[in-house]
Amino acid sequence: MSSSSVVSLIKVKQNPKRKKNTKNALPSPIQNFPRKFHLFYQSPTLKNLPNAKFHQITLNNQTPKSLSLHKSQMSGPSLMDSLFQRTLEDLIKGLRQQLIGEQAFISKALEEIRKEIKSTDLSTKSTALLKLCYLSNLHFHDMSFAAFHALEVLSSPRFSHKKIAYHAISLSFHDSTPVLLLITNHLRKDLTSTNEFEVSLSLQCLSRIANVDLARDLTPEVFTLLSSNKLYVRKRAVAVVLRVFEKYPDSVRVCFKRLVENLENYDPQILSAVVGVFSELACKDPRSYLPLAPEFYKILVDSKSNWISIKVLKIFAKLAPLEPRLANRVVEPICDLMRKTGAKSLLFECVRTVVTSFSEYESAVRLAVEKIREFLVDEDPNLKYLGLHALSIVASKHLWVVSENKEVLIKSLSDPDPNIKIESLRLVMAMVSEHNVAEISKVLVNYALKSDPLFCNEILGSILSTCSRNVYEIIVDFDWYVSLLGEMSRIPHCQMGEEIENQFIDIGLRVKDVRPELVRVARDLLIDPALLGNSFLHRVLSAAAWVSGEYVEFSRNPLEFMEALLQPRTSLLPPSIMAIYIQSAFKVLVFCLHTCFVRGGSTAGVSASASYESFDDLSVENGADSTVAHGQTCTSAPITNESIVNLLKLVELALSPLLGSHDVEVQERARNLLGFVDLIKLEALNSSGQEENDSERKGVEATKIIRLVHDAFSKELGPVSLTAQGKVPVPDGLTLNENLGDLETICGDIELPSSNTFSFGYPSEEKDVSSFSNLQIKEDSGQLNESTSLLAEHRKRHGLYYLPSGKSEVISNDYPPANDPALQGDNNDNASDLVKLTAESLVPKRKPNHSKPRPVVVKLDEVDEKPVAVKQLESRDDSLSGAVRDILFGSEDILPTSSRSNLPNSNRKGKKKQHMITQVESKENVVDDGNSSSRRRKDHSHGKERRHRKKNAEERNETDRKEKESSSNHPRRHKSRQRAEEPLKVPPQTSVIPDFLL
Amino acid sequence: MGIRFILMVNKQGQTRLAQYYEWLTLEERRALEGEIVRKCLARNEQQCSFVEHRNYKIVYRRYASLFFLVGVDNDENELAILEFIHLLVETMDRHFGNVCELDIMFHLEKAHFMLEEMVMNGSIVETSKANILSPIQLMDKAS
Repeated sequence: MSSSSVVSLIKVKQNPKRKKNTKNALPSPIQNFPRKFHLFYQSPTLKNLPNAKFHQITLNNQTPKSLSLHKSQMSGPSLMDSLFQRTLEDLIKGLRQQLIGEQAFISKALEEIRKEIKSTDLSTKSTALLKLCYLSNLHFHDMSFAAFHALEVLSSPRFSHKKIAYHAISLSFHDSTPVLLLITNHLRKDLTSTNEFEVSLSLQCLSRIANVDLARDLTPEVFTLLSSNKLYVRKRAVAVVLRVFEKYPDSVRVCFKRLVENLENYDPQILSAVVGVFSELACKDPRSYLPLAPEFYKILVDSKSNWISIKVLKIFAKLAPLEPRLANRVVEPICDLMRKTGAKSLLFECVRTVVTSFSEYESAVRLAVEKIREFLVDEDPNLKYLGLHALSIVASKHLWVVSENKEVLIKSLSDPDPNIKIESLRLVMAMVSEHNVAEISKVLVNYALKSDPLFCNEILGSILSTCSRNVYEIIVDFDWYVSLLGEMSRIPHCQMGEEIENQFIDIGLRVKDVRPELVRVARDLLIDPALLGNSFLHRVLSAAAWVSGEYVEFSRNPLEFMEALLQPRTSLLPPSIMAIYIQSAFKVLVFCLHTCFVRGGSTAGVSASASYESFDDLSVENGADSTVAHGQTCTSAPITNESIVNLLKLVELALSPLLGSHDVEVQERARNLLGFVDLIKLEALNSSGQEENDSERKGVEATKIIRLVHDAFSKELGPVSLTAQGKVPVPDGLTLNENLGDLETICGDIELPSSNTFSFGYPSEEKDVSSFSNLQIKEDSGQLNESTSLLAEHRKRHGLYYLPSGKSEVISNDYPPANDPALQGDNNDNASDLVKLTAESLVPKRKPNHSKPRPVVVKLDEVDEKPVAVKQLESRDDSLSGAVRDILFGSEDILPTSSRSNLPNSNRKGKKKQHMITQVESKENVVDDGNSSSRRRKDHSHGKERRHRKKNAEERNETDRKEKESSSNHPRRHKSRQRAEEPLKVPPQTSVIPDFLL
Repeated sequence: MGIRFILMVNKQGQTRLAQYYEWLTLEERRALEGEIVRKCLARNEQQCSFVEHRNYKIVYRRYASLFFLVGVDNDENELAILEFIHLLVETMDRHFGNVCELDIMFHLEKAHFMLEEMVMNGSIVETSKANILSPIQLMDKAS
């Protein structure tokens, strides 16, 4: 301990609120520095101060200003003691008084600090630094400006100053601090100091701020300290090694052996530090540490400290899956520990280790599950939470455990702790299968009704995601599921509108059988005017509206839909959804008209065939014949001419105000529909009011229009397979550009609007394109869908990437040929329909279509970029683990596997020998300042030399020396960089486990 | 790394001590502390002491008016961290004698020093109260 740091103490007047401080025998750290007082005015409290101390009063250069400051701010009677130069304590007290507001006070204080810190007197400087630390730590004030001053204080010979400087440095320095390089020598000096506290401070600091350069330059010092005979220093050196390894992997070659030696230390302090380091290292790359398993095993069996046991268990959790023999050996001690220990933390670690890494060992798992159950039923919410957590780990492999504890789980759903609720919800969802999905969902929906909004949505979200997993894998009864969706959307707190919307549409597209039920659910949602007021439901309503328009033929009463879609309260909807409402109303209207005039009027057989095949017939334009065979002809309210007239009136009434809408989409749709109504109205009114043959003549025209529009709307939509593109035969004469790299840049500048007013993805868009283009032809309205025009523009610019124009005409007007197989798969209206759907692994409909190149490009990006990122990560990790492997496996990794198994003891012996060798080496290394790392590097890049060494390990030192000579010519840094770029040799992975385990 | 940060926050949400074992900028720290404090202080006695936040797990415990919050990696043993918090409080209690928020406020540097004795580079290196306090007492005596 530096005796120079003894400071004469002055008892500062204690804060009256703190009686404790006075009784406290230990002086406060602040009192180490109150050697300076600015001014001194008479104060009763200070009269008691011994006169001998008065000589210490010095006037600071900033006195006048701070004097006025003191006077003005601190005139309160309780602040009479603020006569000293402001120490940290004064600062804190001032902050607590809050006479002028915190911000103002702090900025004044900072101003002072900025001045004080420039002082040449180290005591003033360090006090200022200490104050700055306080403000930075608790009040988020930048202290980077003081970086250099901290270094200056660091050079002080006094320990108390040094302490402050190290404190400041570890709080504020980071990799990009400019003066970081200047600290190297200070650290080196302190690391080699004889004062163990100085060493400890500098190690502590190094563990916080070490970067590549510091780690490299100070490796020799850390290496020396690793075998220091002062335990206090050694354990710190061990702990700092982790950071050094991380920053400068080559240091592994120097320090690793000594680190391993510390594993054999029996001192619990050292052991706990070493085990901590290894558990961190093993997390990153467990395989490299397999050879150390015997040491860890010994620690596990012998350890008396729970903390160490926990860390060793963590290591084994990582190692065991890699080596079954090791797992065999370790599982018993772990179970023993689990039975015997009284510490819950250790018990839990055992349980977690068993369920993560020993899940094949039936008896161990049973024991662990027993313990988990104890946790689950415990009163303590912490244990309960951890029990659930452990259960969720087991769930992936042993689902039976979860169902065994079903009651507890269901009960936990109403726990006061949201974390426990969510954890148990996850577990309940893990139990869901196609057999119990209905019951579980029912229970959960009931819980959702009762619980708070947050958890309610958590429940709904997990039901939705579980049920839709793998294209609704677990759903058998879709009618049930669709009505569940309807039920969920009516739950008051439901905010999952978007997801429900997606699923409504997705199911509508994918599952034909469910459409009648879907329409029924949609109707229930649409006709309830109360729902329109809930903004969370708007997305669901938009799906319902879309469903009602798309599948109106299943409706019992389309007129009801019309009324629902055009009800006055729809004005509450956002414009984008309003547009969908209008579009759907259009579809429903066309359907009604079609039923009334075309089907009702024509004497052609209205075959009430329920076959869905007919939809496809519809998609082919088959002219006058029109076997408009709708599945559901059972419209309960027959559509008469009169009701049509009413309907048209209703449309006009509801939509005419929208012609002035500010939203283009709404306006346009309304105009479309009204235009259509105008067209039809004439005919319809005439036909109802005039003579038969007159109406027949006019009716023909109207019928024609209706039929055309109806045909346009009744084209089937289906999901598109991801592999659809592959099914398109490449036409003759089309040469595909081999290098499509430039495609990305071409497509990059065409940003198709991602948030279309059609929220339901691509296929429907396609449909609208076609319907609109039909309309355009028929009605000459000249309206172009946005995406069509964009597509056309794109096509014009990059015609190269398009199919020949004749073909593409087909694509834009008709359904893409690629979909045909999928559609046909859809058409079988039996139970195998869904099975086929899943078997074909149809992707969600949002997936790209070949006629729209941009999404495809995005997909390519994903494929390309991911592996690259992973690779980079690996290579960084590898530099550390590669070094570790080189050390641990040493020359052994070139022995053939068979020969090693013949040498039962060579492993350990060889290791011992290597220990000695490295020690010798490292001693040299201390002298020549870390050159050995580059030397060892050299070893490994020369296979020849390595083989040589294998033959005769005794000659090794000599060779090393030779190599050192040869390598010392090269600049060290350059080499280390070279090394980092070299691909790492991964030693053979098999049979690295020492033979004692066999 | 095990422990990522240690925070002491009072009931009003004011930070009383902050120790980070990885570098965060002031802005990141401010945001992180704000989020955590909001999350943890809202919880009551019947709720468990573990909160998941971003990629950390926060283990916290309340002693009188002061919350001790420790941010750890996801695979760290929660119960062991709770024990660590308790050890920290006991150590401070032994040193200050019936420790309270004010002790930590006015002796922030010493509290930091105690933490440094216990935790290094995010891993716990010392769990014996006597071992933690002896260097501090020595230094006090010497200075």
